[in-house]
Amino acid sequence: MPDRRAAREEPQKSSATKTARPAAPPAAGGKRANAKAPRPAPAPRSGGGQPDEDEAQRGPGAGGAGRLAVRKTYKLFIGGAFPRSESGRSYPVTAPDGTLLAHAALASRKDARDAVVAARKAFPGWSGATAYNRGQVLYRVAEMLEGRAGQFTDEVFVAANYRDRDDAARDVAAAIDRWVWYAGWPDKVAQIAGGANPVAGPYFNLSVPEPTGVVAVLAPPAAGLLGLASVLAPVIATGNTAVLVASGPAVLAAVSLAEVLATSDVPGGVVNVLTGLAGGLAPVLAAHQDVNAIDLTGTEPAERADLERLAAGNVKRVFAAGPGWVPEDWAGAPGVRRLLAFLETKTVWHPVGT
Amino acid sequence: MVATSPPVPPDWDYAPAPESADVVSIAPRYGLFIGGEFVPPADGGSFATLNPATEESLSEVAQAGEQDVDRAVAAARAAYEGAWGAAPGRDRAKYLYRIARVIQERAREFAVLESLDNGKPIRESRDVDIPLAAAHFFYYAGWADKLEHAGFGPGPRPLGVAGQVIPWNFPLLMAAWKLAPALAAGNTCVLKPAETTPLTALLLAEVIGEAGLPPGTVNVLTGDGATGQALVAHPGVDKIAFTGSTEVGKEIQRAVAGTGKKLTLELGGKGANVVFDDAPLDQAVEGIVNGIFFNQGHVCCAGSRLLVQESVADSVLDRLKRRLGTLRLGDPLDKNTDIGAINSRQQLDKITELSAAGEQEGAQRWSPACSLPGRGYWFPPTVFSGVSQAHRIAQEEIFGPVLSVLTFRTPEEAVAKANNTPYGLSAGIWTEKGSRIFWMAQRLRAGVIWANTYNRFDPASPFGGFQESGFGREGGRHGLAGYLDA
Repeated sequence: MPDRRAAREEPQKSSATKTARPAAPPAAGGKRANAKAPRPAPAPRSGGGQPDEDEAQRGPGAGGAGRLAVRKTYKLFIGGAFPRSESGRSYPVTAPDGTLLAHAALASRKDARDAVVAARKAFPGWSGATAYNRGQVLYRVAEMLEGRAGQFTDEVFVAANYRDRDDAARDVAAAIDRWVWYAGWPDKVAQIAGGANPVAGPYFNLSVPEPTGVVAVLAPPAAGLLGLASVLAPVIATGNTAVLVASGPAVLAAVSLAEVLATSDVPGGVVNVLTGLAGGLAPVLAAHQDVNAIDLTGTEPAERADLERLAAGNVKRVFAAGPGWVPEDWAGAPGVRRLLAFLETKTVWHPVGT
Repeated sequence: MVATSPPVPPDWDYAPAPESADVVSIAPRYGLFIGGEFVPPADGGSFATLNPATEESLSEVAQAGEQDVDRAVAAARAAYEGAWGAAPGRDRAKYLYRIARVIQERAREFAVLESLDNGKPIRESRDVDIPLAAAHFFYYAGWADKLEHAGFGPGPRPLGVAGQVIPWNFPLLMAAWKLAPALAAGNTCVLKPAETTPLTALLLAEVIGEAGLPPGTVNVLTGDGATGQALVAHPGVDKIAFTGSTEVGKEIQRAVAGTGKKLTLELGGKGANVVFDDAPLDQAVEGIVNGIFFNQGHVCCAGSRLLVQESVADSVLDRLKRRLGTLRLGDPLDKNTDIGAINSRQQLDKITELSAAGEQEGAQRWSPACSLPGRGYWFPPTVFSGVSQAHRIAQEEIFGPVLSVLTFRTPEEAVAKANNTPYGLSAGIWTEKGSRIFWMAQRLRAGVIWANTYNRFDPASPFGGFQESGFGREGGRHGLAGYLDA
């Protein structure tokens, strides 16, 4: 990889918490009120911003009357850093009523390949971490989310079709609880998915589940923060690394989730978030020779046959395959289906003797 | 081996010790096993199955076409919605126990037939293939009425009709691997044995009929790749299980794309057998020989790459060559034979071609002095040393008695080299150091790892690969998952 990525990834773990987090104000509530107004492209807003904006530009909760809100630039999350798309492109993200919310980065095929490289690089460390450690990292994600629940509630509320803010708050609460649920799994999954095998001979024989590798996740576009948690947490809980494609109303929450991950001890590259058009990125990831598995949950049923054909190029494991895949009830009990979907069973034999 | 045994006289040789072929009666023609009876194929097509050790025809078997696939799938569907679907787990268990017992009773017959049709030494078909096939049915029989305790949630459901396409290297054993878990879980089956080795599957069909399974529960369609394609593509099939090459596995994955059919693939491999300098070298040499020369190397999990630590490389290679000089190649029915016939002309051509590529790319080729019979398909045990990772013989599956030898210095280098293929089926580790075994086992990206042993199989032990060696597991509790809606 060229210089750009090398520079981005060098001090991996620490950079994850320090690079490119220009504005993540700790106090959150209400500051997305400004999202109702159309905004110019998120390119450098140097100086004092736009002088003649109306009151909506003033963040009422962000520092007293008259203070101009600091808006967030929604960028990609690759290798622990927050770059813009290498293509230089962005696209408008709008609320259901058409209000412009932000300009998100439009990830390119090159960004997708960069994300796979970052995920592959992070795989040995993350899969080699102790299960206890992975569990604590996932729990830390829940802790960080809890502290920013208000922000996420605002974000998913304006972006998706919730009846009211309470509905959005329930979605966020459920998402946090889902991280907690998965935080308990890393050090238990080997005991439900592996074990000793009583072979007919003088051998000690043991099967253990191991992570599949790099998993591409096409996140459900309309399922809010709970949908993101439900598809992402099981993948990384078991030691895989992920390239998550967020599209539709989920993008803003996905980028904010990436900011949480970057401050939750998740090593850089373990989760990479691409925003943009799933329809353009999915075939790239489905065909990618260094992606081991793909979750098609967020794709249209009509696209799946083609994506599955591409996935056969390196015998990828495909989750949510086929047009008959029943959309999940995210609010329901998650079960272990996703947790076990991205695991390989490794069986080790050794003779017994004196 | 007793240390005090006298030196072997130079002219000493084994007397022939052939197993009698009289134990089997092979019909001149076989039909297709559909709906509980042998029926002629719709279009009357047939082909010969050969004894690869003599190139003589053993029998004419039916070439199943699309109409036959239709009929077999319909029969399987009817049984699924009928008697087999209605049978309680307790009864499915008893049927499978019956099959296991009959295979044991007729074991010699199966073994001889397998060696005749496949070319493998009778020692292996008698001691490995057939006992393991019986054990597989016996193992899964016990699961049939215990599925709710298998860890797949309450009331796991079968999938329906399973289409199963199997290879020629372990014909009966692969049939058992496919049928036993599918039936235990409550599915019905359409089995397509390999073109060159259909006979034991047909004998198994007879056994299944005698065991009294409801007609249509198991159907056996003989034929070539076109038959397999028709089965894979058939809309009435709910599950495809395939064992064979990665190339064909990818075609199958493409063919079922978008259909929602559940898929299990057991594909190729390029297993690394890693020998450290502290390993018990004589045992390691036995493991290397077993790893690559078992079943003429027609084993997807064969230890086809020997990675030996540089400090003992010469010593290991010397011992290996000495040991290979004692291997006996010849009549598969001879009880003293170690290396039998290559299964087909096509496979012999592939092994020959890849071995030639090994020489062309600069590796050093060696085989023991070894005379090959005048007729039949034969290939001598072959060792390539000085192999680099880029050589085709270090990357491509040869599926024959050909070993590629590479060296390494550090454990890290051994891991990097072992993992440097698109496959991930098997690996071996030879060292006396326990902590190193676990260190290696954690890092090798392979589904089956043998430490200080190689090529061991058991119905209770899950088998299957990482990466391009396929997905899903066969054997053990894991083997049920591929046949349940779990």
